[in-house]
Amino acid sequence: MINQETSQGEKGQNTPRLPGPETRRLPLGNARKELGIFGLLVVLCLFTGIRNPQFFGVYNLQDLARLVGIYGIFSIGAGIVIITGGIDLSVGSVFALEGVLAAMMLDESHWPALLAVIACLAVTMGLGLFHGLLITRVPLQPFIVTLCGLLFYRGLARFIANDQTKGFGSGEGFEGLMNLATGKLLGVPAPFIVMIVIAVIMWIVLHRSIYGRYLYAVGRNEEAARYSGINSQRVIASAYVVSGALAGITGLLLAFYTNSISPSSHGNSYELYGIAAAVLGGCSLRGGEGSIIGILIGTALLQVLQNLVNLLGIPSSLNFAVVGAVILLGVITDEVIKRRSARKVKA
Amino acid sequence: MAQTVPVLEMQGISKRFAGVQALQNVSLEVGRGEVVALIGENGAGKSTLMKILGGVHQPDAGEIRINGQPTVIRGVSDAIKAGVSFIHQELNVLDNLDAAGNVFLGREPLTGGPLRLVDRARMREEAQPYLDRLGLGIAADTPLDRLSLAQQQMVEIAKALSLNAQILIMDEPTSSLTLAETERLIHVVQDLRAHGVSIVYISHRLGEVKTLADRVVGLRDGKNAGGLSKEEITHERMVKLMVGRDLEKFQAAPPEAGRAVRLSVRGLRTRRYPDREVSFDIHGGEILGMAGLVGAGRSEVAQAIFGVDAPLGGALTLDGQALTVRSAQDAIRHGIYLAPEDRRRSGVIVDMSIRDNITLPALGRYATGGLIRRGAEERGAEEASRSLRVKAPTTDFLVRNLSGGNQQKVVLAKWLSLGPKVLIFDEPTRGIDVGAKAEIYDLMRGLAKEGVALLMISSDMEEVLNLSDRVAVMHEGRISGFLSRQEASEESIMQLAVGGAGKGTR
Repeated sequence: MINQETSQGEKGQNTPRLPGPETRRLPLGNARKELGIFGLLVVLCLFTGIRNPQFFGVYNLQDLARLVGIYGIFSIGAGIVIITGGIDLSVGSVFALEGVLAAMMLDESHWPALLAVIACLAVTMGLGLFHGLLITRVPLQPFIVTLCGLLFYRGLARFIANDQTKGFGSGEGFEGLMNLATGKLLGVPAPFIVMIVIAVIMWIVLHRSIYGRYLYAVGRNEEAARYSGINSQRVIASAYVVSGALAGITGLLLAFYTNSISPSSHGNSYELYGIAAAVLGGCSLRGGEGSIIGILIGTALLQVLQNLVNLLGIPSSLNFAVVGAVILLGVITDEVIKRRSARKVKA
Repeated sequence: MAQTVPVLEMQGISKRFAGVQALQNVSLEVGRGEVVALIGENGAGKSTLMKILGGVHQPDAGEIRINGQPTVIRGVSDAIKAGVSFIHQELNVLDNLDAAGNVFLGREPLTGGPLRLVDRARMREEAQPYLDRLGLGIAADTPLDRLSLAQQQMVEIAKALSLNAQILIMDEPTSSLTLAETERLIHVVQDLRAHGVSIVYISHRLGEVKTLADRVVGLRDGKNAGGLSKEEITHERMVKLMVGRDLEKFQAAPPEAGRAVRLSVRGLRTRRYPDREVSFDIHGGEILGMAGLVGAGRSEVAQAIFGVDAPLGGALTLDGQALTVRSAQDAIRHGIYLAPEDRRRSGVIVDMSIRDNITLPALGRYATGGLIRRGAEERGAEEASRSLRVKAPTTDFLVRNLSGGNQQKVVLAKWLSLGPKVLIFDEPTRGIDVGAKAEIYDLMRGLAKEGVALLMISSDMEEVLNLSDRVAVMHEGRISGFLSRQEASEESIMQLAVGGAGKGTR
């Protein structure tokens, strides 16, 4: 051990190497990693499009964009939490709870739209803060805390709704909100536009701000970050609040989009799609790695896969199997590439 | 001894790691019932040589003969079969098992049924004699987590005995033992020797080596540096063997009189020693060395002052102003910085670039409205990195790929650009090669000259004696005494480190 360390060291001293690909700066951050998965996305699109030209039809693309928009927003939240070395499993149940609350506020109690939105976001961010505090102050493992959230909020949603399916009817009085989920602007689905706006903001936050740098630092080495004067507890807890906020926005869009919130199944296993998108996009569950662009490409890839299953007439029962297999392939490829480039550095 | 065949002969051993010659044509011979001390500086190749013997590494060239028989050791199990047991510096015990379970780990006696159940009763019965032989007054069914570090080490030795080890490698066995425990271990080693076990003993503690060793073999830069017979073993000759020259004492400029007190620590209590208080002053421009044995509570003092492990009590004063430090942010805001002991764990983030590491505590300076101005950041990091002569092609370089010395420079670059008032070094040159060491020392002296107050915790005696303007010695959580530059010597420091009388503040 000791000798290997010194050997590396002397090498660094005597024969300074040129920076390897993994250390070179590209305009979009660390873009090499995203390139591979982007290639896979393009190949899958072309493959599907050639097999079934409907893929490139306007309706299909609009549908796809709408879903990428909805999924993309909370996947960014999942990615931010993963970058700090944590995980958020509660998202799907938060969608159910929030959907039920939103329907009850707007459709049953006729709250003003703005007030309902603020209340919903306050609830989801509050839950995020609650998770963050449990994880940093007690401290508990993120997996456990958010797993309990997953169970608890689902149960709470069902209880509040009396297990009845809720909806918004025609959306009278809050058409503007409904439009955000179901409308289009110049032919582009509104959720996609919302996602792009959020992605740009989060890109700046993650890749250009002090806070973003702290997120990576804490994810890579919490102790060293603390020894550099970073309040790592606050940074970690805040990541869950961000995840809560983005889940809150998604939860509203999803509720209006489906307009039928069955508390026992609404949002089921969505948290896993968020985690999968983040991991496919280059986030490491060990923390400290990942990018907004990667997460978005990962999200798009997952949606294209679902679309592919439908368009190519693959039995829909195989849906999950296809998604699982592709994620596994993507992660294996990534690992192999990483190992190979590591070996190149050593040689 | 010369007539009989040696138990162990290693000849012409060479080993290369990723472009570095760790061992070159090294030979080592150990006779039956002989204690051979292997000495050398960090990185001299001691551990590599022993790891080859223990089957952890394979040599690129050379031959190993055990009892005159050429032996190929391809793995740890080969080594055990050949009668070689390795007691590592970091203990390899499982503290969720009992003593017997550790002694017989991997070769537990079975009840003989198809389920291959462990015969626990027999295992304990068989383990007991080995434990007794070491004078370890414990029952074989004692859970390991109830034993002290020294007792756990004895359990490892018992395991080696049960494996019929004829060659025992001990790598820094006393580095975390108390003095009394060290005495015990020395007796055990002497007893084993009397029973014909051959021992290769690696230690930096030259006093121990002098007591124990029948012969000393020195390594330097991966090569044999010569040996000393029993009669020749003296402190000076061993040092010369390791360093290759006589160490000249560093001539310090006489400490400038009348420097004001920079940092004053009063009644500081840490979590490790909650009922012991530590008080001392450091003057601007002074290097206060802090010596003591491992576990004396020195690092805890550093961590308390730096705020990463908030103190239980006590008062800090900086330049006459009372100071509250609840977190590292507080300390950093006031210009108190720490270069921690475990660099790779707490000093640097190895998977981030040099730039990101250097600017991490100072990002606010390179940002407008929370957004980092990358050009300014780059220039700041570049300048800090250049002024400390960090050897890397660009600041984009990952810190992981730097040597220990250069990693330490990154830690310093981080703090120096912030203008330190007090800089605490915890083992500043651990794991750093000789050349880089000199650079770090120059830096430290330079900082002192600029008026920074330096607290240097070190277990390296030469370092303490050469750099300190004053030495504080700690023993079990309190300062057992202060020594001026003139009073400080290896003997006077050891005296205080083991709890001898001194002018301690309590």
